Amino acid sequence: MADCEYGQDRHCHMKDVLSRYGTTLTGAMVLATFVWLVGMVILPYLVMVNYSFRPNLLPADIGTDKDHYTLDNYATLFRNEIHFIVFLRTMWGSALATFLCLCVSYPVAYYLAKMATPARTATLLLLLVIPFWINEILRTYSWFIILAYNGPLNGVLRLLGIIASPIRWLSGSNGVIMGMVYAYIVFMVFPIYNAIETLDRNQIEAARDLGAPLWRIHWRVVIPHAKPGIAVGCITVFTAAAGSYIVPAILGAPGTRWFTEIIYQWFFEGQNWPQGSAYAFLLLFLCIVFVMAMMRLFKVGLADIAR
Amino acid sequence: MESKLARGIITAYLVLFLVYLFMPLVIMVTAAFNDSRFPTVMPWKAWTLRWFDDLWADDRMWGGVLNSVLVGIAVVVIVVPIGALSGLLLDSLRGRVRSFLYALMVAPLLVPGVIIGISTLIFWNQLGVPSGLHLSTIGQCSFITSYVMLMVLARLQRLDKSLEEAALDLGASHAQALRLIVLPYLRPSLMTAAVLAFFQSFENFNTTLFTRGSANTVTIFIASRIRTGVTPEVNALGLVLIGITIVAAVVYSLRRRSDAPA
Repeated sequence: MADCEYGQDRHCHMKDVLSRYGTTLTGAMVLATFVWLVGMVILPYLVMVNYSFRPNLLPADIGTDKDHYTLDNYATLFRNEIHFIVFLRTMWGSALATFLCLCVSYPVAYYLAKMATPARTATLLLLLVIPFWINEILRTYSWFIILAYNGPLNGVLRLLGIIASPIRWLSGSNGVIMGMVYAYIVFMVFPIYNAIETLDRNQIEAARDLGAPLWRIHWRVVIPHAKPGIAVGCITVFTAAAGSYIVPAILGAPGTRWFTEIIYQWFFEGQNWPQGSAYAFLLLFLCIVFVMAMMRLFKVGLADIAR
Repeated sequence: MESKLARGIITAYLVLFLVYLFMPLVIMVTAAFNDSRFPTVMPWKAWTLRWFDDLWADDRMWGGVLNSVLVGIAVVVIVVPIGALSGLLLDSLRGRVRSFLYALMVAPLLVPGVIIGISTLIFWNQLGVPSGLHLSTIGQCSFITSYVMLMVLARLQRLDKSLEEAALDLGASHAQALRLIVLPYLRPSLMTAAVLAFFQSFENFNTTLFTRGSANTVTIFIASRIRTGVTPEVNALGLVLIGITIVAAVVYSLRRRSDAPA
């Protein structure tokens, strides 16, 4: 077993597993993993990507000359100005929501990790877990009520005399961004809290004793230490925002759709699945690029992300 | 040594943050009792329980609940054994194979749910399987298994491997070692994983949206009601779901705290 620790040889590892669990169990383990990873993950993605390079054919045309690989479905995004704008809006809006979540969450995470007493941190964490578990649709719906034209926010502002006539909050992408920040902010607080928590308090004290101002302590000591948490938070929020269907569906104004809504249209209104697959792959590609960029920027690995 | 002012500011900020986090939910839940056709709290008409009566009498809602529960149970039944077995496999591997498999196993957590739904839909359609809740179940399993695997793996890393070796040395079969040592040790993790998996499935919207065919689940029901003819009945349902969630979240957190290593 000892020399296996160093080995990169696959057989050696399989032998390891075999001696620990025996043939039957090892077989079951390999089979279960295979069914999951190949049958539910790898093959479906490959089929989807393959599909995205196919023309949308009538059943009669399948197998004829028209049935060949094409880049047309990808070209559509660049030919269709509206879709392209929606794609950019999704990219920009998700990035903005991520950035806002980061700004709002950081002080909360720092307070929880380094300023509150342990008992208070425990209570607050328990409180924060609750919205984390509540359905995204319900959390979004609550903002649908608040931001309604005749809703409580306009009502309170008018009562206080701050505004004379109600504001149309749900215009443009405003509502979507507000809803996303609210829906995904807890995804940002927890990883950053976990990262800052492991920072030795003495490092902060030392920086302070040496006369560093507050902002510099954070910029030079706390934030560098919190990097993995920031990366994880940003990745989670960005992918959730870019892939969100329900927040734009509930809080978006009619003229400002999200890319997921276009994908849905291709599938269930346009009945053009290859086209929808191409758009789905573009969305996945956007998320992959973001994940890679964050991992590069913050120098974290996959193992740090899934925790 | 922090200045009083800085402490004051951050405490105020935290209070504001908590208000921001909970106020919308309180407003939504309160609107369930307002006798107004549009869900709101601001022109408060009168207290009423009629939205709960409406909810109780809503057959589509009950159909959705039944479907969500069935899918949730199916997901738990598939995901717990697969997650446990793949966690056991990963725990025994080292080196490059392990890193590669690990990356593959956690990748589904980084993929937007709509894309998981789409790939599942297309894959099974190519095999001649039409859409429906069975596809929603499979789609959800593809990423919920990752959570189970991670929870199992985390607990296995704290298992004293010499216990297993001792059992095998003393003549136990591999099946016995698993049944008498590994599984009892994993039990708390498997239980929490099962509860978490059920909740994940019950809450799922994105993957279900693309795979469901014309079937209805609770989340689909809520979404379609909000978009077409919203009434405070949705708020009444929200209140019930939030109540269940709070109980589950508190129990889960307390349990997790109690079985964390000292």
